[in-house]
Amino acid sequence: MTPDDPIARYALRLGDDALIMGHRLSEWMSRAPFLEEDIALSNVALDFIGRARLFYQYAAQRVGGDTTEDTFAYSRDVRDFTNLLLCELPRGDFAFTICRQFLYDAFSLPFTEALSSSNDPQLAAIGSKAVKESRYHLRRSADWMLRLGDGTEESHQRCQRALDDLWLYTGEMFQSDTLLDDLIARGVAVDTPALHEAWLTTVTETLAKATLSVPDTDVEVVGGREGIHTDDLGFLLAELQFMQRAYPGLQW
Amino acid sequence: MADQMQLYEVFVRSRRGLDHKHVGSLHADDSAQALEYARDVYTRRGEGVSIWVVASRDITASQESDCESFYDPLDDKPYRHAAMYELPEGVDSL
Repeated sequence: MTPDDPIARYALRLGDDALIMGHRLSEWMSRAPFLEEDIALSNVALDFIGRARLFYQYAAQRVGGDTTEDTFAYSRDVRDFTNLLLCELPRGDFAFTICRQFLYDAFSLPFTEALSSSNDPQLAAIGSKAVKESRYHLRRSADWMLRLGDGTEESHQRCQRALDDLWLYTGEMFQSDTLLDDLIARGVAVDTPALHEAWLTTVTETLAKATLSVPDTDVEVVGGREGIHTDDLGFLLAELQFMQRAYPGLQW
Repeated sequence: MADQMQLYEVFVRSRRGLDHKHVGSLHADDSAQALEYARDVYTRRGEGVSIWVVASRDITASQESDCESFYDPLDDKPYRHAAMYELPEGVDSL
């Protein structure tokens, strides 16, 4: 199920990040703290799922045969998914969801900006489309960080706890491996290790304004890119894939 | 949570050259957040090029009881309407 073509594998990684992140956000539908936020979170969820479709469609096109975007979303097992662990962590409380989103959006904006100048025209086009969404996502999540961090004592505590829990998973965004090194050298993939400094600056500045502290740890949890996941992804996929597993090929 | 929030009225201008039109209301913590929610709640299908949000409490509205003194005296002043004019050709409404 994992394609040989390096660009297809790269597109799948990015598609997996977007699908899993979008699904986690969609779990807030009808459960958000109030109506307006419910709609806003669902909008962001849809942005990510739309992005996943574009990456999967491109991967399917490169793989050829009867592979479609649905093959990747619905017919792969947990070990075939190569999303960042950060994206799959359960949604937690509202503070956790917002902190995860902020840490990811602060990465996603420079990432999509860089992707839009990829040598691969299709990836560049997806990047250009996504960059506008990412700019809005970051504006929203950074705004929430200020409200929660510099809000009540409880919102501050929950936010700091979420940051401490999430921090171990942020290193994976900037990690490289042979596939990535090769595609970076060819000018196809985004040089993610090079984005770390800008990301840390954005995050540090916002956290300072939000009266939150940058967690102090060198521990990193990785494995998502090799298909080594937390238990939680299996449960997520069980729900996401149920219909296609129970009724293969079902359309609606 | 929505109880502690303020109500805002949302106005969206759908195209350049048109007026801002009232499209509804929403709850938010402050005007900056209201603007973001207005974007998410009322312009999801690309309806707008510009959004105004106004705290509902800042709107002074006429009351039902004002009707008699406000509008009734106008009933017998038809000459204030443009209805008496013959429309030039090519003008559908005035």
